[in-house]
Amino acid sequence: MAIRERALLGVLILATSMAVVTTIGIVAAILVESLRFFSIIDPSSFFFGTLWSPQIAIREDQAGAAGSFGFIPLLVGTLLITLISLAVAVPMGLAIAVYLSEFASSRTRGQIKPILEILAGIPTIVYGFFALVTLSPILRDLGAELGVEVAGESALAAGLVMGMMLIPFIASLSEDALFAVPDSLRHGAIGLGSTQLEATARVIIPASLPGIAAGILLASSRAIGETMIVVMAAGIAAHLTINPLEAVTTVTVQIVTLLIGDQEFDDPKTLAAFALGLSLFALTLVLNIIALHIVKRYRQSYE
Amino acid sequence: MVTIETRDASASARAETIISAQKVNVYYGDFQALKEVSIDIRPRQVTALIGPSGCGKSTFLRCLNRMNDLILNCRVVGKLLLNGEDIHRPGFDVVDLRTHVGMVFQKPNPFPKSIYDNVAYGPRIHKMANGRSELDGMVESSLRRAGLWDEVKDKLAGLGTELSGGQQQRLCIARAIAVEPKIILMDEPCSALDPVATGRIEELIFELRRDYTIVLVTHSMQQAARTSQRTAFFHLGELLEVGDTNDIFTKPRHERTEAYITGRYG
Ligand SMILES: Nc1ncnc2c1ncn2[C@@H]1O[C@H](COP(=O)(O)OP(=O)(O)OP(=O)(O)O)[C@@H](O)[C@H]1O
Ligand SMILES: [Mg+2]
Repeated sequence: MAIRERALLGVLILATSMAVVTTIGIVAAILVESLRFFSIIDPSSFFFGTLWSPQIAIREDQAGAAGSFGFIPLLVGTLLITLISLAVAVPMGLAIAVYLSEFASSRTRGQIKPILEILAGIPTIVYGFFALVTLSPILRDLGAELGVEVAGESALAAGLVMGMMLIPFIASLSEDALFAVPDSLRHGAIGLGSTQLEATARVIIPASLPGIAAGILLASSRAIGETMIVVMAAGIAAHLTINPLEAVTTVTVQIVTLLIGDQEFDDPKTLAAFALGLSLFALTLVLNIIALHIVKRYRQSYE
Repeated sequence: MVTIETRDASASARAETIISAQKVNVYYGDFQALKEVSIDIRPRQVTALIGPSGCGKSTFLRCLNRMNDLILNCRVVGKLLLNGEDIHRPGFDVVDLRTHVGMVFQKPNPFPKSIYDNVAYGPRIHKMANGRSELDGMVESSLRRAGLWDEVKDKLAGLGTELSGGQQQRLCIARAIAVEPKIILMDEPCSALDPVATGRIEELIFELRRDYTIVLVTHSMQQAARTSQRTAFFHLGELLEVGDTNDIFTKPRHERTEAYITGRYG
């Protein structure tokens, strides 16, 4: 008995430490390669550079040029697409969550929640495909109709589709946050002569705002790290622009492009992918930590 | 079942009725929680509802502002008249009903907002104030009447949820008063409070009864005796006896009432 239990405990500890070791290993690998990159390229020209053009380095006739590794256009492109996606997903997701948690009958809720889960389970490449094949042409035609030029691979198309991907995510996290608001507050508001809508808008949503905010942060971190949709819909050329109708590129797209094909592993172009990965990791880590922190404090306030 | 009703002390009060419940039956699914309850509530008096746990006091209280509507499987049958008007009549404005019939709950439930915003909530949604200074005045007078003003006047921006339990309950009373209801329903408002805080709420109820009609559910015989003019005794979903608090406590008509108030119940 004691031996069996100890053996079982050993297995559990082993499994746990594997997860920890793997994480540390990945971070260490990224860190080491990034340091190698920064020994070749000045960190300030990376973090503050506004020109991203790593391709120059492999052009034989320009052997001397090291390429230009300015991170800013990628960051701006990533944030632009993230913002567009949030502009779609936050209002929609929140509306769904409010409807499900405050207004829908339990039967309707039982029918809609599985649909959301299916939506959340669609592989992102399918969304990317949808953006590329369906949405981008529609946007281009629409733009032509209105007399504005929409790039074939626009930030708008990528952002809209990414927003669709995030809707079930935000809806589900916001619903959890609304659900956590105790009924006593609903009854308190109704008992003061609020309509259900007033109670929801003035008491329930404000009371669950920290949870909703945390959900939005987690969604942003997903949007920032999302790869397939932007690879298919956003474009590769790094324009520094905030015009959603133009093509932009993102950090993830550039990592993919940098690592596709045969490269030397000490080529700055390859190493740049690690520096990008590190930046991405840091960005999403910070967002996740803030979100978890908010959720924790929020849970405590209702205990 | 016939409810024993002792005569009112003053004959003139007999004519006055603000709420009249007539043969009210309440069901939770198949379970009948209230049976043929008929009672007249007098204005500007405290009516205490007493009786053993599960006898339907809270259920009856929730009939009076139709909070039972929020309970999914709950069905209310029978007549409930507020100033002679049937509150179940089609087209009756429930939201308006709840502005006239306020409620204080068993567990203090301040909103996670500032003290000021808690009290200002009702006046704001009902657009009762013209401008900030009038709203300030409403908040202050409500907090004063709830006996909380002196303790919170320097921290109105602080969170209502960070007050002590007793203060929170007085905040909830202030929040209810701010809507200027005519009737306040209180469901065991002191059950989560210590004796000192309870004493303060009882004083408050005593004060408020000059201006408001209060229906108070309580498990404390002393509280019923100290604060109420009329007492109704419920038992297993039936209203067994209702009358002047003094009479109920000194010469109960029903043997079960007597057993309950003398602590020999069960
Ligand atoms: N939501 C509900 N669903 C089903 N049954 C309920 C519900 N609420 C109350 N009941 C039942 O109705 C009866 C009356 O309940 P009620 O809460 O009115 O009693 P009470 O007199 O307030 O009791 P207490 O003194 O314990 O608060 C009880 O038997 C209870 O189990
Ligand atoms: Mg009760």
